[in-house]
Amino acid sequence: MKSAYSDFMKALNDGKFVFTGEIEPKKTTRLEGIIGAAKTLKSHVVACNVTDNPRARAYLSSLVASYVIQKETGLETICHMTVRDRNRLALISDLLGASALGIRNVLVISGDHTTGGDNPGAMPVYDLDSTQFVQMVRGMVDRGIDLNGNAIEGEVRLHVGVVGNPNADPLEVEVCKVERKINAGAEFIQTQIVFDVDKAKRFVKELNSSVPILIGIFPCKSHRIAEFIVNKIPGIYVPREYIEGLKSAESFSNATESRNKIDTVNIDYFSELIKELKRTTRTAGIHIMTMGYESIVGKITDRVMEKVTR
Amino acid sequence: MIITKSKPKEVFLRSLEGFERVFIVGCGTCATLCQTGGEEEVDAVANLLGKRTCGKIVVETPCDIRVLRRDLSPHLDVVDAADVILALCCGSGAQAIGEFTGKIVIPGLDTLFVGETERIGRFYERCRACGDCIIHETGGICPIVRCAKGLLNGPCGGMANGKCEAGGHVRDCAWVMIYKRLEEQGIVERFKEIRKVRDRSKKAEPQELRMR
Ligand code: SF4
Ligand code: SF4
Repeated sequence: MKSAYSDFMKALNDGKFVFTGEIEPKKTTRLEGIIGAAKTLKSHVVACNVTDNPRARAYLSSLVASYVIQKETGLETICHMTVRDRNRLALISDLLGASALGIRNVLVISGDHTTGGDNPGAMPVYDLDSTQFVQMVRGMVDRGIDLNGNAIEGEVRLHVGVVGNPNADPLEVEVCKVERKINAGAEFIQTQIVFDVDKAKRFVKELNSSVPILIGIFPCKSHRIAEFIVNKIPGIYVPREYIEGLKSAESFSNATESRNKIDTVNIDYFSELIKELKRTTRTAGIHIMTMGYESIVGKITDRVMEKVTR
Repeated sequence: MIITKSKPKEVFLRSLEGFERVFIVGCGTCATLCQTGGEEEVDAVANLLGKRTCGKIVVETPCDIRVLRRDLSPHLDVVDAADVILALCCGSGAQAIGEFTGKIVIPGLDTLFVGETERIGRFYERCRACGDCIIHETGGICPIVRCAKGLLNGPCGGMANGKCEAGGHVRDCAWVMIYKRLEEQGIVERFKEIRKVRDRSKKAEPQELRMR
């Protein structure tokens, strides 16, 4: 096994069950939001992902946000890099910059298409695809050369991960694609959000590889958010009982009580899902997306790790 | 074939403002088949412009300087007297007309893509002239064009139920089509191969082909 540059990779190599969180920088010049979210997450996750212009919206740079989070809070980051907005020159410079600034994990993402974003007239770049990006990182890290074989001064210390989608249909196409990215040299997989434990189990089982897989989950702060996922992200199955559970939690007139009930619905639902995966599959960990609901993360991780909640 | 679409009337009329004598050139090949620059369309625009039309012609292939010379030469006096030429052909033809006549050329069409014709009025983009054809690796389906992201190792995470994220899951995902085609052809293992980065320098500068 290769040596690990990051705590995240070290934990995976040691076979620990790993939790990661996610922070989304917005269209802002203010840093308080991401720093606050990182502080909330810090004691519950090994590392947090930092998104790169998600849904093709032009937001504060993931690289800058990752650096600030690490520096200000000490929480390790997994910096997203999409191949949508930058050509190979820009991606190489960002990777060099990331390594120089002590960022040790990157996650490559194709990136949602520009036409669905907040500047739909933008040029979609896609000079490289995510598989080719992984190959490029391998060259930089393992051989000290860029994509065209030019030598790099100093070591590039990065781990590169990729995304998989357990909800994909046809799944066999998705599995082939992910295996291709693993063959290119991907070191970890974080998945699209899953609510259906059977889909997650099937994905882990079908993937013919020992690369660590972190299954993505998304505790919803309200039933509206869950409905939004059902309506706007095709292919993701959200069980009716879960949505109904949130709905009835929202019906409490006392706001605090209602919030606590929503937390309980999420803690119960996801801790069961996680325990099931932990018990029956080789799932290496869980990636928890929250979009502003960071407070739930520790509650779920504590329950899974059998600590007393509250 | 080069697929073209007529510019909205108001748009090219606005571009023609201030010009009194307009000479109209159509195309006897692609634009005729697209029904954007054939005899009928040239006549229709000539009628629309009425007295401002000082001449009109459908050149067999206006993108070919030799054919332009052959077809336009008998009309050069009229062309010379015109203030402007309205080109009902693709951008390549329109530029050739400008080059040959030295006149101001107003494009009357928008050039859309290199495409396949299902029937008149139904055209699909199929090739982006990338300079390095790889469709033998992808089941005869071009991922450069038909994958909205031009990925060589798809599908991306936006694929759902076999459909493409771009445009809201209406079109089929090219990479699912490629998978199925390769499967039908009994060579699905090709799908799993890693297709290497493209050499974009091939298209980074204006392309010329000088074989002789
Ligand atoms: S790969 Fe696609 S764009 Fe390139 S030449 Fe072939 S069909 Fe055209
Ligand atoms: S869904 Fe398929 S066709 Fe659409 S961008 Fe993704 S890989 Fe390409």
